[in-house]
Amino acid sequence: MIVYLVRRLGQSLIAVAAMAILVFVGVYAIGNPVDILINPEATQAEIAATTHRLGLDRPLLEQFGIFVWNALHGDLGRSFVYGRPAMEIILERLPATMELALVALILSVGIGVPLGVLAGLKPNSVGGRSIMAGSILGFSLPNFWQGMLLILVFAVLLGWLPAGGRGETVDLLGVRVSFLTLDGLKHLILPALNLALFKMSLVIRLARANTREVALQDYVKFARAKGLSTRRVVLVHILKNIMIPVVTIIGLELGSMVAFAIVTETVFAWPGMGKLLIDSINLLDRPLIVAYLMLTVLIIVGINLAVDVLYSALDPRVRLSEVKA
Amino acid sequence: MSGETIVGALEPKADIAEPAKPARVDSPLKRLAQDFFADRLAVFGLCLFVVIALIAILAPWITPQNPYDLAQLDIMDGGLPPGETSFATGGTYWLGTDQQGRDMLSAIAYGLRISLVVALVSLACAIVVGVAAGVAAAYFGGRTDSLIMRVVDLQLSFPAILIALILLALLGRGVDKVILALVIVQWAYYARTVRSSAIVERRKDYIDAARCLALSHRRIMFRHLLPNCVPPLIVVATVQIAQAIALEATLSFLGVGVPITEPSLGLLISNGYDYLLSGRYWVSLFPGVALVVTIIAINLVGDRLRDIFNPRLQS
Repeated sequence: MIVYLVRRLGQSLIAVAAMAILVFVGVYAIGNPVDILINPEATQAEIAATTHRLGLDRPLLEQFGIFVWNALHGDLGRSFVYGRPAMEIILERLPATMELALVALILSVGIGVPLGVLAGLKPNSVGGRSIMAGSILGFSLPNFWQGMLLILVFAVLLGWLPAGGRGETVDLLGVRVSFLTLDGLKHLILPALNLALFKMSLVIRLARANTREVALQDYVKFARAKGLSTRRVVLVHILKNIMIPVVTIIGLELGSMVAFAIVTETVFAWPGMGKLLIDSINLLDRPLIVAYLMLTVLIIVGINLAVDVLYSALDPRVRLSEVKA
Repeated sequence: MSGETIVGALEPKADIAEPAKPARVDSPLKRLAQDFFADRLAVFGLCLFVVIALIAILAPWITPQNPYDLAQLDIMDGGLPPGETSFATGGTYWLGTDQQGRDMLSAIAYGLRISLVVALVSLACAIVVGVAAGVAAAYFGGRTDSLIMRVVDLQLSFPAILIALILLALLGRGVDKVILALVIVQWAYYARTVRSSAIVERRKDYIDAARCLALSHRRIMFRHLLPNCVPPLIVVATVQIAQAIALEATLSFLGVGVPITEPSLGLLISNGYDYLLSGRYWVSLFPGVALVVTIIAINLVGDRLRDIFNPRLQS
C-alpha cells in the first residue's frame, strides 16, 4: 500500500509541476512579462522598481525558482483590478463554485441513478428508450446551449425562476451558502441542473448498462424465486451492486465539474471562481488567471488522488496491478 | 491491364450477360458502405451533414446578404423578428435580424463556415500528430512508449475545456489560436486509440516479415502498421468532430475563442445572448439550433460507424 501511495503521490506532483511549467512559460516567457504582470498604467520608475522586485531582470531559470517559491507560499501576485492578493480573491469565490458543484453532483446521482435503473430494467419500453435518447442529447449538446434553453423556458417564457445571480445567502460555519434560503434555492436550481445534465447523462448510461448486467445474475433470480417484492429486489439487490462503478466515476468526475462550472457560471452569472476567470481574461487580469489555474489544477489533482487511493483501499486488485506494472 | 479495361469493368453493363463467376469478396470499403446504408437514421444523419456542409461551402453565393459587408446592412432593419419584411430591400428576413440589421439566416451560414473550418482543420492536424505519436509509441515500445503515454495520461487527467482555456487565456483570441488549442486538446485521444490497436498489430507475423525485409522503420510504421489501425480511428474521429465543434462554440461563447471579425456559431449565440432576456430570442436561438443540428447529424453517423466497427456486435 505504501509503495502504491508514494507512486501515486509522485505522479500527482509531476502533474502539478507540469501545469505550473505550462502556466509559467505562458505568462513569463511568451511576450514581455512586464506587460503581463505590471499594471499598464504604472509609471516608468514603478515599472523598473517592480521589475526588480519581481526578479524579472534575472535569468529565466532563476525566475522559475522564484515563481515556484512564491506559489508555494500562496503568493501568486496581486490582482490589477481589485488591488488585493489574487489568491485571497479566488478563495472568496471558491464556496460559491463548490456549492454549485456539490448540488449538481447530488442532482446527477439522485436523478441519474433512478432513471438509469428504470431504463436498464425495461430497455425496450418507450420509457427506457426515451430516457436513453434524452441522455444522448444531454451528452452531445453543448453545455452553454442547454443552460440557455433552461433560461429561455423557465426564466423568460414561464417566469418561474430567476435567470442569474446567487440570490440571498446565509452564513453557515463562516461560509456563505444559498441553499438554505428560499430565494437562494430558487437561484440555485437552474445552474445546478445545467451543470448536472452532462454528468447525469453519464450516470444514466452507466447505471443502465450495469442494471442490465446485474439483473441477469443468479442472485437476482434467486431473490425473485424467494418471492421478494420487486421493490426489494431492485432497491437492495440490484441498486447496491450498480453503485460501485457509479461512485467511482462520480468521484473522478467531481474534478471536471469544477472546470465545467466555468461555463455554467458564465451563462447564469453565478458569482463563483469560474465566472471570475472569464472576467479576468476579458480584463487581462493575469495574476488572477494564474491563481485560478493553479488552484483548479491542485483541486483536480487532489480529487483524482483521493479517489484513486480510496478505491485502491477498497479494491486491492487496483494497487496490486499498479505496483507490478 | 490497360486503363480502358479498368474503366470498363467499373461501369455496369446491364445488357451484357455476365458469365457466371465464383462468389466475389467485396472490398472492405464496399462492405462498410453496405453496412452503413442499412441504417436509415445514419443515412439521414449523413444527408443532413452533407446539406449543412454545402450550406457552409456555398454561403457567399446562396445567402441573401453578406452579413459582414456593412454597406449591405441597414440599421432600420435592426432587431426584426422572424418573417418580417426588410425596410430597405423589401426582402423577407426568415430568421429575423440582429441589432445591426444583419440577416440571421446569412449570419448562420457564414458562422457555419467558420465553425466547420475550425473543427475540420484542427481534426486533421490532431490526427496527424496523434497518429504519429501513437504509432511511434507502439512500434518502438520501451522508453519512447512510456514517455509518450505519460504525456497522454497527464493531459487526459485534466478536462479538455480547462486545457483549452489555459492556452487561449495565454495566447489570446484568434482562429489560428483556437485551432492550435483544439489540436493540443485532441491529439491525445488519437494517440491513445492508435497505440492500443497498433500494439496488437505489431505482434503479428506480417510486421516481422516486413522487418526481415529490412524495410525502414517509417515504411513499416506508416505503410504496414497504420492501415490496420484505421477502423477505431475513424470512430474516434467522428466523435471528435462533434466534440471539436461543441468545444469551439463553448470557447467562443465564453469570449476566448474566435475574434468578433470572424464569428462562428458560438460567437453568434454569445452576441445574441444579451437580447435573450429582453425577448429577442431569435438572435441567439437560431444559431444554437444550427449548432445542435450539426452536432446531432455527426453523432448519428458516428454511432452507426461505432456499431459497424464494434467486433462484439458483429456476427
